Amino acid sequence: MMFKTRLLAAMLLLGLAGSVQADDSLYQQLGGKQGISNVMAEMLYELAGDDRIADQFADTDIDRLHQMLTEQVCEISGGPCTYTGEDMVKIHTGLNITNADFNALVENLIIAMEREDVPTTAQNRLLSLLADMHNEVVGL
Amino acid sequence: MIKAKQLALSAGILVACVSATAPAYADNGRLLATGAASTIEGASGGGIVPWATLSSYASENQWGATVALGEVQVDDFRLSVQGASLTYGNRVEVSYANQVFDLKTIGGELKQDIFGLKVRAFGDLIYGDLPQVSVGLQHKRNRTFDLPQTVGAADDSGTDVYISAAKAWLDGPFHRTWLVNLTARATKANQLGLLGFGGDKDDDYSIQAEASVAMFINRKLAVGVEYRQKPDNLGFAREEDWYDAFVAYFPTKSLSIVGAYTDLQSIAGLDDQDGFYLSLQGTF
Repeated sequence: MMFKTRLLAAMLLLGLAGSVQADDSLYQQLGGKQGISNVMAEMLYELAGDDRIADQFADTDIDRLHQMLTEQVCEISGGPCTYTGEDMVKIHTGLNITNADFNALVENLIIAMEREDVPTTAQNRLLSLLADMHNEVVGL
Repeated sequence: MIKAKQLALSAGILVACVSATAPAYADNGRLLATGAASTIEGASGGGIVPWATLSSYASENQWGATVALGEVQVDDFRLSVQGASLTYGNRVEVSYANQVFDLKTIGGELKQDIFGLKVRAFGDLIYGDLPQVSVGLQHKRNRTFDLPQTVGAADDSGTDVYISAAKAWLDGPFHRTWLVNLTARATKANQLGLLGFGGDKDDDYSIQAEASVAMFINRKLAVGVEYRQKPDNLGFAREEDWYDAFVAYFPTKSLSIVGAYTDLQSIAGLDDQDGFYLSLQGTF
């Protein structure tokens, strides 16, 4: 009886903890902040060698871009970060980014995730979150 | 046997051409596998169902082209297809397919040409809430009409009109990427048109439903199933719906390979026509 009550209390506590704490399983699957930082670094390295879009980042502060991307992916994957960069629509307005540009970046990200051994399931979860930002990036 | 050798030779040439030109292509603004495979009627899609997808990886202001070889082997028949397509801007696709249907048991061959046009009306396969919706037509011309005429076909040419909607979910069930395509086709074609168009039993257009579902195990490998409803216009034998279960492999943006188990049921009165489908596509 005593045991059952304790078990129930423990379950309730766990349930409460689960409901207030954000799901950070994707953040964990990506290897936490360090893992995300590594993937973003790999992606930017790939991007620099991609003739299709490299020129568009010629005047970009790559260190800051890396920091902002890491923050953003950390936040949307449920990690303990807050994106401190500018509004997505604002920074992409006037750049005339095409679907082909967007897809090129996605491909560089996929290559980076493969290289960092991110499992396919986690890749899909992150790509889906980023795909939701398509209208904040393309054709503005 | 000679046919098999010819196919192997053609496939070899196709792979060699693709390998030789692969580094030269530039218009590849779409993600891997979004050009889908080449159907037996030449348009971009699964094996037997045209999808809302447009062939190749051409995005805005880009050109893309494909060449494809396909072969369906069932108990009493063999279908050989050679096809090609050209896509501009992920907007317009034109395609051509040459079908030869070998009547292994009955004897003889049926042949036809299929000229296809598909236009993406709105939406995107991956991005946004709307599905990608395309409208298309397939103009089919028999090059052999003696047998179709004998069994009651009304015309030696016909035009199918279809509308397709396709959507991919990057993070679908099991955290895999899934794709669903639904197609409605107005057609008079008997057995794809190989047995002519319209017939003694029914000479009107009818609306047929077609569907495909695919799951990507990873970026390069997908498995799926397809269904294609078919009209029943000829009195001499009942025409039945087709099914297949496929595996599609996209090792690079230049090459795709599709293998399938197909159940074509009864064709021209010969029952239980099941067997295998193999298709090879080169993309430029």
